[in-house]
Amino acid sequence: MHSDHDDDHHHAMPSDPALRTRALESLLVEKGLVDPAALDAIVDFYQNEVGPRNGARVVARAWSDPAYRDWLMRDASAAIADLGYTGRQGEDMVALENTPDVHNMVVCTLCSCYPIPVLGLPPVWYKSAPYRSRAVIEPRAVLSEFGLNLPEDVEVRVWDSTAELRYLVIPMRPEGTEDWDEARLSDLVTRDSMIGTGLPLSPGEAS
Amino acid sequence: MNSAHDMGGMHGMGPVQPETDEPVFHDEWEGRVLACFFAMNAWQKWNIDRGRWFRERMPGPQYLNSSYYEIWLDALTRLTADGGLATEEELASGHAAPDAERRIPTFTAEKVAPALRRGGSARRDGEPAEARFATGDTVRARNIHPSSHTRLPRYVRGRKGVIDRIHGVFVFPDTNASLAGEDPQVIYSVRFTAAELWGEDAPNPTDKILVDLWDSYLEPA
Repeated sequence: MHSDHDDDHHHAMPSDPALRTRALESLLVEKGLVDPAALDAIVDFYQNEVGPRNGARVVARAWSDPAYRDWLMRDASAAIADLGYTGRQGEDMVALENTPDVHNMVVCTLCSCYPIPVLGLPPVWYKSAPYRSRAVIEPRAVLSEFGLNLPEDVEVRVWDSTAELRYLVIPMRPEGTEDWDEARLSDLVTRDSMIGTGLPLSPGEAS
Repeated sequence: MNSAHDMGGMHGMGPVQPETDEPVFHDEWEGRVLACFFAMNAWQKWNIDRGRWFRERMPGPQYLNSSYYEIWLDALTRLTADGGLATEEELASGHAAPDAERRIPTFTAEKVAPALRRGGSARRDGEPAEARFATGDTVRARNIHPSSHTRLPRYVRGRKGVIDRIHGVFVFPDTNASLAGEDPQVIYSVRFTAAELWGEDAPNPTDKILVDLWDSYLEPA
């Protein structure tokens, strides 16, 4: 790419990002700056080790165990680490509990901050301009596009993750699940319900 | 910096477009960019804030027309040159200069999962830093416009809010991004009403927007 007015940009790299990535990776390998096997391991980690099933376990535990729920609300980092979910972009966690009066949703208007150990890498829409621009000025319009139409008397709280705190929404436990165990409950917890752009599945929606 | 990345409250970006059964990566190169970025972190020529700053420094029109991982690829290329790990010529050609130093990677495969599970907190609770405000205090976000990295979004500058939570002491990104030191400060969640931020155009004036702000972003109100 070429740009005449910015001296950060005087490369003659190909425009196709796949080709540019290959060229950069091969240079970094040639110079001994990266270990190709480490790159494979990083990709594998993000594809297989983290994802929203981790967060779903946290939520299901909170729904099932009042002592755990209290710990999670008081010290989310420790309570989540207790289930084995720690690490990059989840070092300092905060749990936000939805109630009949308050609905929480999370955005990062400045980039893409997201609680990776419990939710995995963020979906494209979370990192994209429409969500980042609109979540703070018209959150209910955004929620309605996700199919979530909240009553006027429910307060919406939008959390903009501008710092190094990472937020996990604890949605309300669906009705009709009183005798469900944790494993079954966790199947109701969707990724979007932990971002705050959705609700958990109802017992009837669970397959 | 007041660049295209600071998007809160902008109009005209279109609908949110969720994708059903979205893959972790949409193409192989995306994962390689992410992996190269993290592996290169190990040389400690930059930090997380500098990485964010370099992504923001992509020219605005290009930023808005680039996918997320294209922005990362561009930033990694510039960080690699900035950190002295490769020359502009090497990055342009994709080949090491004949006389270039060959290193031995220290961030090897067996270190990956432990490092990613360990992370690296920006919390610095042992550091002396005064919490000037208490929960419930009314504060105003300062009306500042630094041309370098900041995490004070434009849409709250000059606006009044209430201290909702005090999170402890953390690295200050504005100085850390320019390699000028960590300058640890208290972070607060500051609660703004929609009416304060968006005036009569707030669709639901009593809805709340909570923004995590460092102590020096705030002044008493």
